[in-house]
Amino acid sequence: MATAQQTDNVKQDTSAAGCRVPYRVFTDRQYYEREQENIFKGECWSFVGLEAEVPQAGDFKSTFVGETPVILTRDSDGGVHVVVNRCAHRGALVCREVRGNRASLECVYHQWAYDLKGNLIGVPFRRGLKGQGGMPGDFDMSQHNLRQLRTESVGGLVFASFSETVESCRDFLGPIVVEQIGRIMCKPITVLGDQRQRIHGNWKLYAENTRDPYHASLLHLFHNTFGLYRSTQTGKALMDSSKRHSLLYSIAASNDDAADKQAYGDSRTFDTEFKLQDMSLLKGRQEFDDNITLVILAVYPNLVLQQIQNTLAVRQTVTYGPDEFELVWTHFGYQDDDEEMQAIRLKQANLIGPAGLISMEDGEAVEIVQNAIVGEERATSYIAMGGGRAEDADHLVTEGAIIGFWDNYREMVGFDLEPA
Amino acid sequence: MGLPSLEQMQLQHVAAQLNALHAELIDDDRLEEWPDLFEEKCRYSVISAENHNRSLNLAAVFCDSRGMLVDRIVSLRRANIFPAHAYRHILGPTRVVSSNEQIVSAQTNYVVLMTRNDGQTSIYNSGKYIDAIDFSGDAPRFVSKTAIFDTHLIDTMMVRPI
Repeated sequence: MATAQQTDNVKQDTSAAGCRVPYRVFTDRQYYEREQENIFKGECWSFVGLEAEVPQAGDFKSTFVGETPVILTRDSDGGVHVVVNRCAHRGALVCREVRGNRASLECVYHQWAYDLKGNLIGVPFRRGLKGQGGMPGDFDMSQHNLRQLRTESVGGLVFASFSETVESCRDFLGPIVVEQIGRIMCKPITVLGDQRQRIHGNWKLYAENTRDPYHASLLHLFHNTFGLYRSTQTGKALMDSSKRHSLLYSIAASNDDAADKQAYGDSRTFDTEFKLQDMSLLKGRQEFDDNITLVILAVYPNLVLQQIQNTLAVRQTVTYGPDEFELVWTHFGYQDDDEEMQAIRLKQANLIGPAGLISMEDGEAVEIVQNAIVGEERATSYIAMGGGRAEDADHLVTEGAIIGFWDNYREMVGFDLEPA
Repeated sequence: MGLPSLEQMQLQHVAAQLNALHAELIDDDRLEEWPDLFEEKCRYSVISAENHNRSLNLAAVFCDSRGMLVDRIVSLRRANIFPAHAYRHILGPTRVVSSNEQIVSAQTNYVVLMTRNDGQTSIYNSGKYIDAIDFSGDAPRFVSKTAIFDTHLIDTMMVRPI
């Protein structure tokens, strides 16, 4: 019987090539808590938003770094700032709206007021009322600011860090990521809108997913069906020198029907007979001279910057526990888009996001793993496609970038926590 | 507000019936019949209130022809992978907003409940439809249907029409 030959993968030879990740890291709250400390509040830069989301002085957006609520603001000098969304007085949310415009940030509880940099500028009844009450004489306003994060903008993408010691954001991103951000953020952008997708799984399963070109043509069948993406396309999977970030890209000009037939045979994943009734969905324009039509830039720990055809978007991961996260998709175009180009982007938005014809499966891919590993204390995954090492590839049949992610994770969090 | 005229009652009836049929075809998984409720040149969009209220047009689903509606359904049947689930629409009363000789504009609140394989039923999406219905032909059809959803997120994915 086949089952007699199957072994629990815990017992397998661990000296073989390939990366094994204990499933506990996706389910155990200890890992989640250590990630909040060591990654999101640790030696990392997290993506918090686009400068274009807060274009005017006083604009703000409430968002999160990991699970910590933060506010992205634009001050009157044009600078962007990120502060923890928690009053220095008794811990209330200072911003309760998702976005808006204000001259200052005021907590509704006792009206403590902060400027747009997060400095405390007002405390009601500070000196008491009619000689009664008031703060102690040694109360120093400057010691009670909102928690201010280090903030850096790279190409209009705003990153923030809790760490005073982490390298500069540009150094943290590395040349490949900075170059790719520059490629897409090559001129002023305009925000087209947001999509919020709540996924009942661990956020790292999505970090794996976006570093995994192997699944694209096998899970996302819309691609194959319409020739948008095939493993026989030319493409590359590259990492920065630290291997925490990943760049996947492909060039559609290399589509080759004969090679596809050979590669896929009659498998369910390839069906060129399938025709759209309305081909306008796929109508687009070549925007970049390099012919690249798909870029998935996965930036550690919480960002994907993407170009799929003419859709441009950032996807931010917000964690809500070991088994829940939200993906916030912010779509954008360029300020100089003509009317036709705007229409192309809005129509192609059908391809991506939670209702995206070519991307809706990713939420399900995360959840079917989460549902299968519940309660598992010992077993591991097995990641080896492409050779089982964190190496670049000039093809897309690889899981090397996933291993790069785990090498960094192991360093920052470790796999060795004792079962609770 | 006086009593409605017979014509106003007829228009209200047409709009409410078409919405009821729209819900029924989706909920009963008769999705292949669903595009027939729309004119060939039509607009169907499912957009978050978060975007709509900011005058941003980015929609979760945006189709501007009946062919695109058919493509969505074919993709659902042939290409997309998603957890097994069923919808149940609960519709509020349909209100006629305006009308002319050909088009009636109407608005209807809706809730979509989702039941997954684990047996749990949850509120998946709630919002309102803003419709323009052409009632001059052999059967009334949507010229445009916009579902504006209040629900601040999409749970896992959205593959069926709302």
